[in-house]
Amino acid sequence: MKCLSKARIGTQKHSSLYNGAVANIPLAISAIIYGSVLGVLSAQKGVTWAEMSAMNILMFAGSAQFVMVDMWQAPLSVAAIAISVFIINLRYLLIGASLQPVFSGHSLWRKAFFMHLVADENWAVTIAEHRKSGTDPFFLLGGGLLLLCAWSSGTLAGNLLGSFINQPEKYALDFAFTAVFAALTLNLWRGKGDVIPWCVAMVLALICEKFLPGKWYIVVGGIGGALVSALMDYKRKLN
Amino acid sequence: MENTLFIENGLTAIIAASVITYAFRFGGLILADRLPQTGSLRNFFDALPGTILVSLVVPSAANAGWQGFVGVAACLGIYFRTKNLLLTMISGVLTVYLIRLL
Repeated sequence: MKCLSKARIGTQKHSSLYNGAVANIPLAISAIIYGSVLGVLSAQKGVTWAEMSAMNILMFAGSAQFVMVDMWQAPLSVAAIAISVFIINLRYLLIGASLQPVFSGHSLWRKAFFMHLVADENWAVTIAEHRKSGTDPFFLLGGGLLLLCAWSSGTLAGNLLGSFINQPEKYALDFAFTAVFAALTLNLWRGKGDVIPWCVAMVLALICEKFLPGKWYIVVGGIGGALVSALMDYKRKLN
Repeated sequence: MENTLFIENGLTAIIAASVITYAFRFGGLILADRLPQTGSLRNFFDALPGTILVSLVVPSAANAGWQGFVGVAACLGIYFRTKNLLLTMISGVLTVYLIRLL
C-alpha cells in the first residue's frame, strides 16, 4: 500500500516535471535564439567556451550575462561586475518571494536546489499555471532544466560557430520574449481590483526605465504596484 | 592550460556574480516563508507577480515603439482565443516583423 502511494507520488513528480518542460517550449525557442546572439557577442569579446559555460551553469541569468560579457576585458574588475549583477538581478528577490505559495510545504533542501534554476521565463509560466490550476516545484524545475539546455546550446553554438543571427531586431526576434510575457500577464489578471496597482506599476516602470540603471524599473514597478494593492486592501478593511 | 580557459579574475567574477544571484533567488523565498501569511502583507505578495510582469513587459513593448503596442495587442488577442503560447509568440514576432517591413 505504502509502495503504491509512493509510486503514484513518483509519477506525479515526473508528469509535473514533464508538463513544466512542455509549457516552456516557446520560451526555450526564444532562449536558443537569444543565447546564440549572446554567444556571438561573447566570441567577439574573447569570452571562452569555458567562461560561457560557467556563467550558464553557475549563474543562469540572461540579462546579467549580456552585461558581464560586455564588461569582459582584462583587467577584469570583480567589484564592478558584482555591483552590476547586484543591480540587474535584485528582482530575483521579489521573484523568489512570489514563489512562496508554490513551495509551501516542501522541504528546505528542495527549495535550496530548485531555486537555482529560476529564470524570468519559467517563473512567469509557473505562476500563471499556479493561479489557473495549482502546481508544484517540479513544474518549475522542468521548465528550468529545459531553459538551461536551450540557453546553453544557444550560447555555446554562438560562441563556437560565430555569427549566424547577428541582427535579431531585423526579424523582430527581440520581440519574442515581450510577446510571451504579455500573454502570461493576462493569466495573472484577478479582476477590477488589479486596475490601479497595475497602472501604478506600469507608470513607475516606464519612468524608472528611463532614469535608473539595470533592471531597477522591474523592482520599483513591482514593489510600487503591490504596495498600492496592499494599501487599498488595508483601507477596505478599515471601512 | 587553465590560463587559456579563464582570463585573470574571470572565475572569481563569475563565482561572485553567481553567489549574489543565488542569494537573491533563495533569499527571497526564505524571506517570504518567514513573513506572516495573512493581512495586507499577504495581499502585497499576492499582488506581486502581476505587478512584476507588468513592469517587465510594458517598458520593453514601449521600446519597440508603436509597432510594439500593435504587436502586444495582436498577442493578447491570439492568446485570449487560443491559449497557445507558441502561436502567440510566432504571431507577435510576425506582426512586428511585417510592420517593420512597411
